[in-house]
Amino acid sequence: MTNPALETKGLTKAFGGLMAVDNVSFALAQGELLALIGPNGAGKSTCFNMLMGQLRPTRGSVHLNGADITGLSPRRIWRMGVGRTFQITATYASMTVIENVQMALLSHHGQVFRIFPHAHKMHRDRAMALLEMVGMAAQAERHCAVLAYGDLKRLELAIALAHEPSVLLMDEPTAGMAPRERIALMQLTADIVRDKGVSVLFTEHDMDVVFAHAHRIMVLNRGQLIAEGNVAQVREDPRVQEVYLGGGTVFASEGAAENA
Amino acid sequence: MGLFIAQVLTGLANAGALFMVASGLSLIFGVTRIVNFAHGSFYMLGAYIGYTLMQVLPGAVGFWGAILLAGLAVGVLGVLVEVLVLRPVYRAPELFQLVATFGVILVIQDLALLIWGPEDLLGPRAPGLRGVVRIMGEPIPKYDIALLVITPFVALGLWYLITKTRVGVLVRAATQDREMVGALGVNQAWLFTGVFALGTALAGLGGALQLPKGGADLMMDFNILTAVFVVVVIGGMGSLPGAYLAAVIISVLNVFGVTYLPQSTLVLMFVVMVLVLMIRPYGLFGREEVAGEHGQVGEPERPFKPAGLQVRLLVGAGVATLAAMPLYASTFSQVLATDILIFCLFAASLHFMLGLGGLVSFGHAAFFGGGAYVAALMVTHADSPMELAFILAPIGAGLAALIIGWVCLRLTGVYFAMLTLAFAQLIWSLVFQWGDVTGGDDGLVGIWPAEWLKETTVFFYFALTLSVGGIIALRHVAHSPFGYALRAARDSARQAEATGINTKRVQLLAFGLAGTMAGLAGGLFVFSKGSVFPNELEIARSFDALIVVFLGGVKTLAGGVAGGAFFKGVEDILVRFEYWRLALGLLIIVVVILAPDGIVGSLRKAAERVGLLKRGEDTT
Repeated sequence: MTNPALETKGLTKAFGGLMAVDNVSFALAQGELLALIGPNGAGKSTCFNMLMGQLRPTRGSVHLNGADITGLSPRRIWRMGVGRTFQITATYASMTVIENVQMALLSHHGQVFRIFPHAHKMHRDRAMALLEMVGMAAQAERHCAVLAYGDLKRLELAIALAHEPSVLLMDEPTAGMAPRERIALMQLTADIVRDKGVSVLFTEHDMDVVFAHAHRIMVLNRGQLIAEGNVAQVREDPRVQEVYLGGGTVFASEGAAENA
Repeated sequence: MGLFIAQVLTGLANAGALFMVASGLSLIFGVTRIVNFAHGSFYMLGAYIGYTLMQVLPGAVGFWGAILLAGLAVGVLGVLVEVLVLRPVYRAPELFQLVATFGVILVIQDLALLIWGPEDLLGPRAPGLRGVVRIMGEPIPKYDIALLVITPFVALGLWYLITKTRVGVLVRAATQDREMVGALGVNQAWLFTGVFALGTALAGLGGALQLPKGGADLMMDFNILTAVFVVVVIGGMGSLPGAYLAAVIISVLNVFGVTYLPQSTLVLMFVVMVLVLMIRPYGLFGREEVAGEHGQVGEPERPFKPAGLQVRLLVGAGVATLAAMPLYASTFSQVLATDILIFCLFAASLHFMLGLGGLVSFGHAAFFGGGAYVAALMVTHADSPMELAFILAPIGAGLAALIIGWVCLRLTGVYFAMLTLAFAQLIWSLVFQWGDVTGGDDGLVGIWPAEWLKETTVFFYFALTLSVGGIIALRHVAHSPFGYALRAARDSARQAEATGINTKRVQLLAFGLAGTMAGLAGGLFVFSKGSVFPNELEIARSFDALIVVFLGGVKTLAGGVAGGAFFKGVEDILVRFEYWRLALGLLIIVVVILAPDGIVGSLRKAAERVGLLKRGEDTT
């Protein structure tokens, strides 16, 4: 039996008395596109930050392909083959698009502390191929600071894929994008999952995006996992409806009426 | 016991003026984010103006009236400076304004010299408070008691103003989020002016109040500036109670220091500061600065590529022209050119960490002067040959930079800058007060180059090779993977860390490299002059480098060198005149207002406008 790509057991983060993430256990299968949804403040980003090492869990463990990565630094986790994109894009504003990708490639090849070669000549072809993959090749020489937001998101994806990660974590990959861009970006992600065998965990608020692309969905509310399953299962789950639609009595009574 | 209490009381009395100046600086920084280097100058003006008014106004009413009026007058001058000098540059890149405030320091220095003359003025004693009171047998000046009583009232008044009034609400709101306050319809420009007026008036008041104790002299501005920075940083930026507590700690400590450890009074202050910041990085009452997601203010830096053939030819021609100097220029010009070259290397080293790394150091002179002192100490005490001493200069400075950088990089932003300043001052005060080894104020003399370098022309070539070589090396590193990583750490530490880059290590090594290059410049300097004095380590020297980098253009690669050449060249011409500070200060202010992108940045923009250069994409 192969290990799950990423697995958490009893993952917990407490901020003082607040349980931001409370005893969350899940497994991301190899080659799976798994969505983590939930209302604002449910603990999605906290969860992500623990997976990626930005936050140290209060309790619980994180395993990557069977290896314990709990509490390792973001740098170590990245080196073990996890890529991530941020909810608010983080790119190098003073560089060109291609240089942003080259920087990640330089780091991947352990060349950050070299002072003799000219950086802008290094790994250009590979960087260009990555930009090609996310549809940014035409803008390779543009100044990163002038890009549209959707293009920044795509650039971030190229950066995250630079070290050929086995697991990709995407925190609200389509936030702030126009509807057509959203669909295009998630289609791109789904293609990458298929072609490269990358396992992806992503959070998302746009249910159209989630329902269209996710293989499986987990629902987080107030730090706890309240449901998981395929699209149809999650859609029908009364607890999920309650979280997303308030009281949920209408649905419940309608359901009762249908059953009667 | 009596002596102990007397000393505590003296310390508390001394804390008064320090607190007023520090709280003013703290308020101004909190609201406008301007590190007002000229704050000490307003304090000095308060003393001078108070002195003049006391000559005119009679009696006790006149004395106290003069103090209040001096505060008011300085506040008015503060408004003048804010409106004329700072307003035009609020939109300029981060920290650019501090260059303008440095121009103000120079102008005020010469104006004070012009009006009040070079003699130290002895402050008049307060009418009715001339004698001493005996407490447990120890004499305490009555005026100290008066100060002891007055300071808490000023502090309470300020506290009331800030916490209980509408103005105070605005000030506190602006300290937290300027943009939001602006969006809510508050006239930011006048809020800034008002706060600047209040802050400078407090400084003026402090200056006038301490007249009976310390009088007025032209060194007051820098002397109080370092103490005030220390107080504000220990107390926590923007915290009034913190400023008061820190002022008391520093003042009391000073009084005891003078009694028990007279050789280390200066060192003591900075040791305390370093200790406090190691334990509480944001000061006793300060809160962590939440760095913006995009650290830079204003237009982001443009991407750059290694120089093309044209630029290389141009630079080559420039260097060749310089190298041919002995053919057409006098020995004096060669000495001047040597000075400028050394200074350019010094500026380029600061530009490397400041421009590429976003690491604003207020204490870079520590490594320039440090390198010079390493070499001078080797020659003086170990009788080492010049070559060995010279090689040890950059190595020593680089090691010092690694150690100091390791401590300072625990902090960011303005706290990082202040900590570098504290370390620089620590080294300065060590050198200044440890006379047996360093010669103290008399410096170290007779540090001449080896026989083969004695000739002015030969030394010129030596300096030319090493300075240009150092500058080119720094530029090369800027284009290397390491240089890219340094920019990446500045642009988005979050992304850099998430893609495996150890940003702190990158920054530490950059700090070390900058220190090494500054040390190399220092080594060249000491052997070109034959001597070194503590002023090569002092705060003004650090500011020189900062100004040059900002004037040249932080966001351009050539900024440091261009600014260095321009500034040093102009300075060398101006110092021949009596009131050169006034002229230089005005020049700095004019450049700051007319060329907010620095000399190189503004030239580039002008060239783009007339079509000489290809336009960058508009980022606004």
